[in-house]
Amino acid sequence: MKQSEELIPHLFRTEYRKLTAVLTKIFGLEHIEIAEDISSDTFLMASETWGIKGLPENPVAWLYTVAKNKAKDYLKRNTLFDQKIIPHIQNNISEIQEFEIDLSDQNITDCQLQMMFAVCHPSISTEAQISLSLRVLCGFGIDEIANAFLTNKEVINKRLFRAKEKLRTEQVKIELPNPSEIENRLEIVLRTLYLLFNEGYYSSGKDVTLRKDVCLEAMRLTNLLLENKATNKPIVNALISLMCFHSSRFEARINPNGETILYQDQNEDLWNEELIIQGEYFLNQAYVGDKLSKYHLEAGIAYWHTLKQDTKEKWENILQLYNKLLQLEYSPIAALNRTYALSKANGKNEAIIEAEKLNLVSNHLYHALLGNLYTGIENSKAIFHFQAALKLTKSKADKLVMAKNIHDLESA
Amino acid sequence: MKEFLFVFRNDYRAMHKSSPEEMQAETKRWMDWIGGIAAQNKLVDRGNRLADDGNTVKPGNVITDGPYMEIKESIGGYTLVRAESLEDATEMAKGCPIFQNGGSVEVRAINPL
Repeated sequence: MKQSEELIPHLFRTEYRKLTAVLTKIFGLEHIEIAEDISSDTFLMASETWGIKGLPENPVAWLYTVAKNKAKDYLKRNTLFDQKIIPHIQNNISEIQEFEIDLSDQNITDCQLQMMFAVCHPSISTEAQISLSLRVLCGFGIDEIANAFLTNKEVINKRLFRAKEKLRTEQVKIELPNPSEIENRLEIVLRTLYLLFNEGYYSSGKDVTLRKDVCLEAMRLTNLLLENKATNKPIVNALISLMCFHSSRFEARINPNGETILYQDQNEDLWNEELIIQGEYFLNQAYVGDKLSKYHLEAGIAYWHTLKQDTKEKWENILQLYNKLLQLEYSPIAALNRTYALSKANGKNEAIIEAEKLNLVSNHLYHALLGNLYTGIENSKAIFHFQAALKLTKSKADKLVMAKNIHDLESA
Repeated sequence: MKEFLFVFRNDYRAMHKSSPEEMQAETKRWMDWIGGIAAQNKLVDRGNRLADDGNTVKPGNVITDGPYMEIKESIGGYTLVRAESLEDATEMAKGCPIFQNGGSVEVRAINPL
């Protein structure tokens, strides 16, 4: 009994999405709910049956057999089959009896990859792409997705419903885009995976395990792209490299309360050496083309951050990478980080002049940066900015840090 | 916000040959300057450098070799920025590293077609 209670949630996370991807491929994206229902029913049956009879010898095979039978039953009894699904079934299978549902590893991988492109279709919003990815590609529960987005179940349900409607009306197919389109479509998929990863990495949600799971799922999906020749592009290697470097600090950057520990205060013994090495490997793979994406630059920045020692070389490289990144795509956080790197590479005085120009007065990080830069140069201004940051930030951990900075300066 | 064109001019023929270290330092100054504009979200297009060689076509199919014409200074590159006013754009141009080599920046408001 206990065994199945532990195993089922685990299998749900790994197998639900596989069943759903393969079945959706068969039924067509417009009938994705049927695929989801059959997958859910399979797990419901597993928890009932395994609870009474104990675990089957091969639980995954058991799930696949049950799902196949349920799918066939569904097709047999539902008139929908003749009218709607038959035209969609590939290879023109006419007899249900002969109808095979292919749950081989290869087909599962292919279906998931194709599903990724369908879910990241340009016709639906980025938010919807991420929610749908978490649901369909990662097998997350609605409340988990709501938690990750810091919202409630109704919002997520509505969002998923609308996204599926849209995919239906747009008649999106589960397939890899044409070679001519793949580059553009891949960019959208990568952006979604990047945001999915950031959702876990930078979220202020308290559930640390959930946040880590979101990151790992984003990495797993990115790996799916790497495993396929058509999608194993340098830019994908750059993204996974960035994810490896970031996640190497996962244990070190969050305290048990889910609060962020600043880079300079992290215990480097907790950095994951293996992930750093993997990140370096993928970064090398990423530099085979001549196209430099923001993932390349961000991976480069993350690489230099894995070197704990504060050298001139390190900060000069980080500064130049930020200079390039900002030319590709502006963001306030990149602008602030660039200015911090500037202070390390060119000195505080130059950085103060540049920081004042950013004029991000409603951003607490802007004031935290100026407070930091003015410390030891003009302490009264440093205190002024730390106080502004203290007022603006919502994070408890940030408030503590700002209050400590002010206290230190006042008693100095 | 309006858009402005920075036109970089210098007497490129008269410039002495730089050592690799000097060139590296020069590149850094440019990168830091452009990066600073981008960090203010005021970079529209970093533009390009122009190569040394070129032709000038004049009426009557008269072609003179080189872009130099009568003046010694030639255009070495251009960048597009965003600013509130010509004054702001001019202020931004003041940080350009080209002045260290005696060059100039022409700041022109873009008049959209």
